[in-house]
Amino acid sequence: MVGFMTENLKPVLSFKNVSVSYKNHCALENISIDFFEGSLTAILGPNGGGKSTLLKVILGLVPLQNGEIQHFHLKPKDIAYLPQQTEIDRTFPLTVYDVVALGLSQTRGFFQEIGQKTDTTIQKALEKVGLKEMANRSLHMLSGGQFQRVLFARAMLQDAKIILLDEPFAAVDRYTMEDLIKIVKSWTAERRTVIIVSHDLEFVQSYFPQSLLLARNVIAYGSTKEVLTLENLQQAKRNSREWEDANLEDDKTMQFFKNV
Amino acid sequence: MYEFFIEPFGTYPFLRRALVACIALSMGCAPVGVLLVLRRMSLMGDALSHSVLPGVALGYLFMGLSLPAMGIGGMFSGLIVALLASFISRKTVLKEDASFVGFYLIALALGAILVSTKGKNIDLMHILFGSILAVDKASLLLIASITTLSLFVMALIFRPLVLECFDPVFMMSIGGRGSLYHLIFMGLVVLNMVSAFQALGTLMALGMMMLPAITARFWAREIWSLYLVAILFAILSGFLGLVFSYHYGWPSGPAIILTAGILYLGTVILGPYGSLRCRRT
Repeated sequence: MVGFMTENLKPVLSFKNVSVSYKNHCALENISIDFFEGSLTAILGPNGGGKSTLLKVILGLVPLQNGEIQHFHLKPKDIAYLPQQTEIDRTFPLTVYDVVALGLSQTRGFFQEIGQKTDTTIQKALEKVGLKEMANRSLHMLSGGQFQRVLFARAMLQDAKIILLDEPFAAVDRYTMEDLIKIVKSWTAERRTVIIVSHDLEFVQSYFPQSLLLARNVIAYGSTKEVLTLENLQQAKRNSREWEDANLEDDKTMQFFKNV
Repeated sequence: MYEFFIEPFGTYPFLRRALVACIALSMGCAPVGVLLVLRRMSLMGDALSHSVLPGVALGYLFMGLSLPAMGIGGMFSGLIVALLASFISRKTVLKEDASFVGFYLIALALGAILVSTKGKNIDLMHILFGSILAVDKASLLLIASITTLSLFVMALIFRPLVLECFDPVFMMSIGGRGSLYHLIFMGLVVLNMVSAFQALGTLMALGMMMLPAITARFWAREIWSLYLVAILFAILSGFLGLVFSYHYGWPSGPAIILTAGILYLGTVILGPYGSLRCRRT
């Protein structure tokens, strides 16, 4: 493992030779890495390189073909997941408050009433993401950035030890991005482990201490400076040729790699 | 006015019973329809509604025009088609909508032939288009029971059901057993379909579910208000449909659904939210 001071770090998730394949192709190949408590890691890599799959593996939504993941006594409810925005129907008739409150479904179940104490919790989360005034707005009236704030508030209420974010800053304006990064930092300050899938090379370089460069197998993992080297990026690019040569032009990530 | 709209119900008990059946149906079907729309399963509902026909036909072959027998038969064939169709879509290249269409066409054809082996054309018409004016006490009770059960269950599983519709990936990620709630919901859809079929026939049954639900989308912005608006529209269509059916001698099922359809078309143009009149937000 490059560039890690592994002393004093407590692993919360440990991958041992994990491989995953979908119907006829291999999505992840022989992954062996540890994620540490309170760490903030960005996952980068070309499309089809298994970034989202890795998150789904952690959630236990995708069966492993090989290897195992050690969870160190984590329960499913200790992992929060923020899906890509495009997977959600934003015209759905719910209010901001409703969506945020649903973040409590896991810890409190579906059938409890929302009492005063719970309400305070929800209000606090809304305040932290700057949506206090908008609790009763319906979703379709929100901008992409505001909607992402809603999802962050929901994730906050899950009170999880590990938080997985899939492309959280993809459709978001500059201000929102900065606010949300502050929230992410506050999570790591609370010793939560945050793993973020991102496309944005520059952005990762300026905000994330560790990264994982993934192209079906681990190209590099460690401090961002050492991971995002010319050599590693070229390796990722070469790997991705095997499966995505034809899509090179319209692949968002590959635009970063093109200049390499 | 009074003579046209109210008096028929005062004079004829069968019309009153039909109206009560409509109101009960509205309260059961409309909320289910709202969620079908939100889940983007409108077409699936359509397929499902046609697939009750062979079961209904079998019930008819063995018991004659007995609504409970046909209802139970319909329920089983609906469930079987739903299971087979999702099995095929999971195991083969076909997507779910295509496999549903395949099965419902088979079911529809099979059902029509089954009925015609024994019955007269008039019976087939009854089964396809319903006979709300012939709803008797037994079927009224059945409709009312299904509505009560459906409202109760919908209220009970409201949150998980909404979450499963809104964000299934999140539901999965919290281990929320989304497919269990989905299955319960599909069960309710079939039950309500059976209850609506008694009054409106297998071809028209879905109308009571879908038309008020899609109409409500233009009037309301929260789920509870969608429910309410959909129920009101359903009741209104039932009432007006019966009135027209009585005065002009139209078959009751299509009269009700056509009324619902006209209300829908009016709303598409004039509704306060997201209609043609407003610019899309």
